[in-house]
Amino acid sequence: MIMNVFANRWGKLGAEILILAFIFLFVQYFITVGVFNQYHQIIITSLCINIILAVSLNLINGFTGQLSLGHAGFMAVGAYVSVVLTKFMGMPFLVGLVGGCLAAAAAGFVIGVPTLRLKGDYLAIATLGFGEIIRVILQNIEYVGGPAGIVGIPKMTTWGWLFAGVVITIATIQNLINSSYGRAIISVREDEIASEVMGINITSYKVLAFVIGAFFAGLAGGLYAHYFYIIKPETFNFLKSFDVLVMVVLGGLGSTTGAVIAAAFITLLSAALQAFPAIRMIIYALILILLMIYRPQGLMGNKELSVKILGKIWSGKNDAA
Amino acid sequence: MLELMQQIVNGLSLGAIYALIALGYTMVYGIIKLINFAHGDVMMVGAYVGFFSVSMLGTNIVVAMIFAMLACALLGVIIEKVAYKPLRRATRIAALITAIGVSLFLEYTTIFFLTPQQRIFPQGTFPVQDYSLAGISVSNKDIFIFISAILLMVILQFIVKNTKTGKAMRAVSEDKDAAVLMGINVDNTISVTFAIGSALAAAAGVMIGVYYNTINPLMGILPGLKAFVAAVLGGIGIIPGAMVGGFILGILETLVSGYGNSLYRDAVAFGILILILLIKPTGIFGKNTGEKV
Amino acid sequence: MMLLKINNLCKSFGGLSAVLNFNLEIRENELIGLIGPNGAGKTTVFNLITGVYKPDAGEIIFKGENIGGLPPYVICQKGIARTFQNIRLFNNLTVMENVKIALHKNVPYSLPAALFRLNSFYRGEKEIEEEAIRWLKLFNLDHRREEIASSLPYGEQRRLEIARALATHPTLLILDEPAAGMNPNETLELMELIRRLRDEFKLAILLIEHDMSLVMGVCERIYVLDYGQVIAEGKPEEIRNNKRVIEAYLGEEV
Repeated sequence: MIMNVFANRWGKLGAEILILAFIFLFVQYFITVGVFNQYHQIIITSLCINIILAVSLNLINGFTGQLSLGHAGFMAVGAYVSVVLTKFMGMPFLVGLVGGCLAAAAAGFVIGVPTLRLKGDYLAIATLGFGEIIRVILQNIEYVGGPAGIVGIPKMTTWGWLFAGVVITIATIQNLINSSYGRAIISVREDEIASEVMGINITSYKVLAFVIGAFFAGLAGGLYAHYFYIIKPETFNFLKSFDVLVMVVLGGLGSTTGAVIAAAFITLLSAALQAFPAIRMIIYALILILLMIYRPQGLMGNKELSVKILGKIWSGKNDAA
Repeated sequence: MLELMQQIVNGLSLGAIYALIALGYTMVYGIIKLINFAHGDVMMVGAYVGFFSVSMLGTNIVVAMIFAMLACALLGVIIEKVAYKPLRRATRIAALITAIGVSLFLEYTTIFFLTPQQRIFPQGTFPVQDYSLAGISVSNKDIFIFISAILLMVILQFIVKNTKTGKAMRAVSEDKDAAVLMGINVDNTISVTFAIGSALAAAAGVMIGVYYNTINPLMGILPGLKAFVAAVLGGIGIIPGAMVGGFILGILETLVSGYGNSLYRDAVAFGILILILLIKPTGIFGKNTGEKV
Repeated sequence: MMLLKINNLCKSFGGLSAVLNFNLEIRENELIGLIGPNGAGKTTVFNLITGVYKPDAGEIIFKGENIGGLPPYVICQKGIARTFQNIRLFNNLTVMENVKIALHKNVPYSLPAALFRLNSFYRGEKEIEEEAIRWLKLFNLDHRREEIASSLPYGEQRRLEIARALATHPTLLILDEPAAGMNPNETLELMELIRRLRDEFKLAILLIEHDMSLVMGVCERIYVLDYGQVIAEGKPEEIRNNKRVIEAYLGEEV
């Protein structure tokens, strides 16, 4: 199969670009002619942001096997830094976004280096703690509005930015995973001792995954801030991290397509339940519990959804997951 | 100096509450290695049971606390049987997600039936009186909370150390498979652990009601998280560790809001958490164990 | 030339000495056996050499440099590779991926090249692919390429683990009970393979083994360990007739 990729490298790339361009234009057309109204656009925005968050957290939790519960903290760093750059300093949106990503990645590095020595539950709690500390610090900085946050952020996030964000996130993480560096990362998840004895510096690969994951969480934060007009520290509390974790586990740890599908599922589910706010969270909670009881490995397991597997399901030869 | 002593005394009752919640976390973690994120919400349910017992049945606070403990012991067992038991062989992360699900379920079911509004304990539930002792003032609230918490911890220690059930609990947390071979009913032992842990949380919930006078459906989240920090601080899975961790955390938090910036109060818990994890991840009373190669 | 020289190595666990004043010398291209009763400290010695444990005292001089206490990945990069007594493959990954992970040590392209899919990435991946196939062919595992490592029969898992270790291009290969669980026939094949690897790749090999026919058959020199200390050292025939060794193995046929 890999030989196939080599043979058709340019052909495959062309086909991918064609499909992406089609999706982009398709949605753009519906937005322009007004089939997708304000409400639909909010759902599309949430969807894209959730995909970026889930795919990037999946790199840390799914592929590297390091249980992190601090993703909302990195999202917050990206959101605040990007807004400071655009709204307070008058920089262009792109500079704001990239600045937010880099700041989040730096936060990921600073937090990752000490905490990634920890394992399992201890790491989970430490990252949760760091995420909360980021939030409390933001609450105490007057410059960014303290607990009230920043209001009146110019709306710059468009479908184009969102789409580009999603594509870049998925492409980067897939390129990483399907390379020798990605295999090193996966080997850390599989068996740390064997991996280290094979010459892999496990700490540096954990930090690498953590930094890249944080980078894209920062991207999600920047896109979020410049769509929803207002950001406040409370938005990025640990419940937000849980939300993303739920998507990742629901999709199947270590499956990028799973993360995308689960992010879409959760976003659409909460949009559909918007009409019943009273029971929305109850249903959400019940679905979580039931899914974990009946399908603890998530929708996709650690497999990827591909044309090949779809074909197999079609012909009834294989149980997809 | 007097000021410092005063702050420490103030911290004792908060610390006692954290310690009680932390005990449930630590017992459950010790026995099934699950961070029971719903534990804080069980405490919230306990606070509500206590509230209704006082406001509708007109009981006094001690009876309310007993009602709350009974109700939550039952709730804890139901949660364990329905949500966690099917996942005992699943991955840790699946169990963790389920715990988050249970937590959300308890919070939003409460909101659904009882509205998100906060409720205030009726006037006269607990007539406050301040005493002064060598220049340090203590309220009867604090004394009540402190003494009942200590009493519950003593009872717990007795159960764990001296009863057959307690021995079974320790055996199961040491080695589940070996415990089965020794004829211990693991399922029942886990249920009892949940019942005891949840009852302690319920008592803590009623105490929080007394302490802050108000309760609301989301009141369990933050104290729950902090109590968890207390459990980690003492060494998760270790019962005396949870008590000591709870008191340390309560006192430090009171000191920070007394002397420094109260906005940073919530950061204290997490700062401590990270320090302890980096210095000694197994906690104050924990033992270091390495992986066998 | 001297490849590995261990001087007075010590390691204890909670007051119990697992390895005490251990000395060992390996020259280039030598085939050395390390034997001893269960619990003698053999695997601990391996864990110390490969950095899984840190020594309490003593030196481990590899190519003239003390590597004692360095992290395992650095020691691997310096040219020591190993297998494990209880096989530690990457169980959920394919046979091919297992070998490719070992090849990461000499990854021929940079991280940005991977992220941006530069030409060097495609060239490098092709090299990795080809080399991995070469290793699998050498160990007769080529037909299993796409299978999940844990699904292989036991003997093949052992072979894959050796292939994976060799793929890191070591100058010293350390094998922890390579014949454990193998039938006599497989053991014979393994002996042949070990000799061949040594000659073909100019390797020094250090192995722990309980199967005496294998140890006596392939090793040039043997160290005998008991209670963490070397009680005898020499050629197989010398060890066979050593009184202290026979005592240590009382009841076992040597």
